[in-house]
Amino acid sequence: MTELTGAQIMCEALLREGVEVIFGYPGGCIMPFYDALVGYEQLHHVLVRHEQAAGHAAEGYARVTGKVGVCVATSGPGATNLVTAISDAMMDSVPIVAITGQVTSALIGRDAFQETDVTGITQPITKHNYLVTDVRELPRVFKEAFHIARTGRPGPVLIDIAKDAQQLRTTPVWPESVNLPGYKPTRDGNRKQIREAIKLIGMANKPLLMIGRGVMLSEAFPEVRELAERTGIPVITTLHGIGAFPEDHPLSLGMSGMHGWVHNNKAIQECDLLFNIGGRFDDRVTGKTSTFAPHAKIIHVDIDPSEIGKNIRVDVPIVGDAKRILTILLEELPARDSGDWLLHIREMQAVHAAKQQYTRPETPQFMPHDVFAVMTKMINERGNYHICTDVGQHQMWAAQLIDWLEPHTHITSGGAGTMGFALPAAVGAQFGDPGSTVWAVAGDGGFQMNIQELATIMQEGLPIKIAIINNGYLGMVRQWQQLFHDKRYSATPMWSPDFVKVADAYGMPGMSISRAEDVADAIATAYATSGPMLLEFRVEQEANVFPMVAPGASISDMIMSDPQPVLA
Amino acid sequence: MKHTVVALMQDHPGVLNRVASMFRRRGYNIDSLAVGGSETPGISRMTLVVDGEDTIVEQVTKQLYRLIEVLKVSDVSDDPHIARELVLAKIYAPASKRQEVSSLAEAFGGKIADVGQDSLMVELTTSPDQIDNFIELVRPFGIREMVRTGRIAMVRGTPTHAGDAYVKVA
Ligand SMILES: Cc1ncc(C[n+]2csc(CCOP(=O)(O)OP(=O)(O)O)c2C)c(N)n1
Ligand SMILES: [Mg+2]
Repeated sequence: MTELTGAQIMCEALLREGVEVIFGYPGGCIMPFYDALVGYEQLHHVLVRHEQAAGHAAEGYARVTGKVGVCVATSGPGATNLVTAISDAMMDSVPIVAITGQVTSALIGRDAFQETDVTGITQPITKHNYLVTDVRELPRVFKEAFHIARTGRPGPVLIDIAKDAQQLRTTPVWPESVNLPGYKPTRDGNRKQIREAIKLIGMANKPLLMIGRGVMLSEAFPEVRELAERTGIPVITTLHGIGAFPEDHPLSLGMSGMHGWVHNNKAIQECDLLFNIGGRFDDRVTGKTSTFAPHAKIIHVDIDPSEIGKNIRVDVPIVGDAKRILTILLEELPARDSGDWLLHIREMQAVHAAKQQYTRPETPQFMPHDVFAVMTKMINERGNYHICTDVGQHQMWAAQLIDWLEPHTHITSGGAGTMGFALPAAVGAQFGDPGSTVWAVAGDGGFQMNIQELATIMQEGLPIKIAIINNGYLGMVRQWQQLFHDKRYSATPMWSPDFVKVADAYGMPGMSISRAEDVADAIATAYATSGPMLLEFRVEQEANVFPMVAPGASISDMIMSDPQPVLA
Repeated sequence: MKHTVVALMQDHPGVLNRVASMFRRRGYNIDSLAVGGSETPGISRMTLVVDGEDTIVEQVTKQLYRLIEVLKVSDVSDDPHIARELVLAKIYAPASKRQEVSSLAEAFGGKIADVGQDSLMVELTTSPDQIDNFIELVRPFGIREMVRTGRIAMVRGTPTHAGDAYVKVA
């Protein structure tokens, strides 16, 4: 065995973990690694324009592929720029490994140039983190880091590596397996509890399935479908469950919660059994917890035991991997019929018309709804896409108004709600699925939070399609101001540059659209363009996302339309 | 209600910080926390006293388990167990009061660890309740300095919370 530098060991370790692409930005304390990278052409490095984008790109890659995304930054400001993306990955259980350079071990603790306590800062927002000062530890730490990131409830792991540990040489000893005696995620689920769940499913008159990100992560799509079809139980998807159950399925109800459909929230309040698979009862889902699902027995499947009983009382907890648990459950689950209950929910739904009219007010204006109405048709005709949405009104419209049919097509920052997510996430998503069409759908505000990544797209030649829903406002905040702060638009009107000219400056074609009748042509042009393209939709400025549950209110108290809140 | 929770964890740098930081972030009320070696090299043992309802303690336990280096967590409150705490108290005791203070210490099973000009240092290891009682009794003499270790606990009888299961740990 030959001796390698720590930096070479880092590269070897990445290859051993099957890494093909890394997103990063160099600097002093990570320079040995960047130097070694020259000898490893198999590791494609994507130079971002801000480390936050490296983190979100790693997330985009991970969210599309299910594999571990990797981002790299230097010490101090480089590392702190990763923090937002790391916390985003923590909230949404996204497997990423973040590698940061650290000052030479002899200088640690002395406030050396660009020294920051990165392991300290990221302690509460990582699944685990490491500070490596001894080159001999690198093989073990990398193996553990990737294992922890991708198994159990996935999440971000950070490895902070002192510069001298990157420079020193050693003969690496590659461990065969990981030895983490305190880390043994439960996968199978307790049989007794599973039987209890089967019993409750048999007894319920008004059962509901709610599926969350856990279904996505364990790829339990056929199992969920079999469960639904065998029992006729209607399926609600959380924001992160979107795509895990096709929305054109007769049992699909779509999203519930703060901007979910009225009939779904009502169904939750009426149901006598709520079977939550891989959702964590976020407050955007539950509204006021004390009034949530008051008549329901609750079955909760989650791989993280700490999620059970955290926000909502649970009658039958089942800890483990959704796919495994459902497989076992389906072995014994008898068929049943839930037709009357479904009919009842469909009747509640029929009070409102199709999705479009559901939320679009009658107005001649160019509404954001008009963009999504065309978009859902055109993307689904063409298929093979991933849509990365940003955070705000457009994110909710996209979730509501697009017909989501396939897993991993809807990529969004849910738990953290990080503006600026969409564009860099699209970069990662495109690397994760090079043959697909990747859309970044962002607001005028969020787009400008990582607008610099247009350069990354150009440098890498990525054919990403960008849709900016430009309403001239930090729209979601403006909506809250309109509804809950007497229309005092404090710091939400937003001037923006000419986005088409901005695109042009980056060498990217762009188009601005101000009329509903031009949307289809614009999207067709984007599809016909082989490279990237930016579309700016200049929509009605004060359109609102409805229905809506006011923060802290019960999910049955829905605001249906402008101007003043009307209770449903 | 106060719960006594015992946790075993790998003795890695930063583990205590992870635990403390988790408690702060989740807003749990920790009355005392004592950490030190266990019977197994490489494994530390922590005793926590947590104030809260059963559901809170259940969350504390689950959140502790989320930390990769935490091996085992048990709420021993309902098991028959021995709980002990050590206190060092420097009590104002001019010659005229010495006898009184030392016999109080003796009555509690403590001893005089040091004798100063006009003070006595009492060393007392007993149940936390008894320590509270002792402190109340000597308070009128004047306590100049005091330190308590926080509770440590162990279940009676055949060990149920030993680190043997993890001896392979480096
Ligand atoms: C980094 C960050 N800062 C602030 C917020 C708070 N916030 C949530 S939505 C929103 C408005 C977003 O505006 P825009 O990107 O234009 O999207 P729109 O709501 O108008 O569709 C803001 C400021 C956030 N989610 N993330
Ligand atoms: Mg906007």
